[in-house]
Amino acid sequence: MKQKLKSYNAQTYLAYALIAPAALYIVLIVAWPLLETIRLSFTNSSLAGEDYVGFENYQKMLSSKKFNGIVTRTFVWMFFSVSLKLIIGLIGAVLLNANLKGRSIFRVLVMPPWVVPIAIGMLGWLWLYNGYFGIIAGVGMRTGILDGPFGFLAYKQSAFISTIIADVWVGTPMVTVFFLAAMQGVPRDLYEAAYCDGASRWDRFFKITLPQITPVIITMSLLSAIWTFNSFEIIWILTEGGPRGATTTLIIDTYKQALGNYKFGRGAARAVVVMILLTLFAGFYLALLARINKKISHE
Amino acid sequence: MDKYNLYEKIILYLGILVFMTFILLPFVEMFYASLRPLDHLFRSPYQFYSDDLSFWAYREMWKTVPMLPRYIFNSFFLASVTSLITLLFVIPAAYSYARFRFPFKNSSLYILLAINMFSGAVLLIPLYKVLRTFGLLNTYQAMIVPGVAFLIPTAIWLLKSYFEKIPIDLEEAAFVDGASRVQILRHIIAPLSTPGLVVVGIYAFIGSYAQQFLFAITFNQKKEYMPIPSGLYEFIGYTTVKWNEMMAASLVGIAPVLIIFLFLQKYIVAGLTSGAVKN
Repeated sequence: MKQKLKSYNAQTYLAYALIAPAALYIVLIVAWPLLETIRLSFTNSSLAGEDYVGFENYQKMLSSKKFNGIVTRTFVWMFFSVSLKLIIGLIGAVLLNANLKGRSIFRVLVMPPWVVPIAIGMLGWLWLYNGYFGIIAGVGMRTGILDGPFGFLAYKQSAFISTIIADVWVGTPMVTVFFLAAMQGVPRDLYEAAYCDGASRWDRFFKITLPQITPVIITMSLLSAIWTFNSFEIIWILTEGGPRGATTTLIIDTYKQALGNYKFGRGAARAVVVMILLTLFAGFYLALLARINKKISHE
Repeated sequence: MDKYNLYEKIILYLGILVFMTFILLPFVEMFYASLRPLDHLFRSPYQFYSDDLSFWAYREMWKTVPMLPRYIFNSFFLASVTSLITLLFVIPAAYSYARFRFPFKNSSLYILLAINMFSGAVLLIPLYKVLRTFGLLNTYQAMIVPGVAFLIPTAIWLLKSYFEKIPIDLEEAAFVDGASRVQILRHIIAPLSTPGLVVVGIYAFIGSYAQQFLFAITFNQKKEYMPIPSGLYEFIGYTTVKWNEMMAASLVGIAPVLIIFLFLQKYIVAGLTSGAVKN
């Protein structure tokens, strides 16, 4: 009988056969294109054809001031967006975790921006940001902060900030929900013990809640850094990377080069830079995850 | 210890009010704008009050966006086909990960996670060339094929955790009693994993409904195949946007996912967070 069971659980060939279709699909649609992108980055590929050009795309790209500006801008944009998502998400989670009437409704109401197609949410934001008729400009004009119509997406700095706010709007619900789930997972007796020892609410948050959910905070920071880095639709719909390149991040630039101008080679070189950065992020994330898992299994 | 005094309560509710305003304002304003006549919208500065609210825009939008029924159909069609194909690939793979031990099991699982982190934008160039070579640009397939690839990783992780909850003893007992693998699949695993399959199916549906922009604007120029987001996006470029109708159409586009989600949010959120929080 043991022999028989062993044969049930240890059929490696069957295990691989079951995974094969999904694995093959991923290889064809994700892995192969990744390698092909690397190859293309060494060519001047366009709709007309392609020739091998060595490192020319990279040399041009790295020596251009514009590209360096784009990289810096990407990280600044990311830094503000991710920090705001984490801070607002943490505050939101604390609020929704409080024992108040109606919290179960609020917990559901927080999620729509996460579930709704980003592109459609952005159509709404386009209307909100409208300089003449939008509600934000309207409030600004009526309170006297603005002395006339103001196109939030028409000026470099305000477009930069406006795209960040829209990105934070999309990303915050998920961060909130994950933080909230983590807070609910903190053992209650920890709080009860602290309460009996006379710890204030403030102390309980900083000495129990925060340390207990730190693994989730770190995981979410990395994950949302990756997603923010990849953010395409938000900027594309709001500004298409403008005005005058003020919101052109690496992803937007890659897209413009490759599919706006059909310069596949140049686009591919940018895509490779994106890939390298993403691989670094992913490496950090996976290493971290492995460490957290190890710690959990030790406990 | 979970009791608050009045002062604390006021602060907490004020905080929730501000937070919820940020989250919900765009939806509220979209809905409000969709109810207002166009000449009320086009007043500067913004008028907070309109007295003649109506669902007029919800009737007119079908004339302004003549292809809207088609876009709605396309969105549903694309999301359904994409999630069905995803399930087809994911079910055997997730089962295998949940039940068998084999070399490279953990590393391949982590690679799946890593794939989640690559946005489609990096792969667009080769995919564009391949789709062009096979004459698949401007077809449904052009949006379905890459869509499935980006849903597979999370779907495998999610479904794996559901399969793991089915006690293996049940299967082993049946196997020892002489049941074949197919019988075990039909009589034990399939019924027990239905809730999990439903959740993963819904995840895939919402996910593919949400991702209908990048691939759609890149690989498809034909109006007949456009899903709602890219179909409506076309209208934004026009000099005079009929905002009330545009917002009405957007809300109609959002409604299906929102309704599905509201009914099933408990299961979806529990499924998604359990992976990341507890691992």
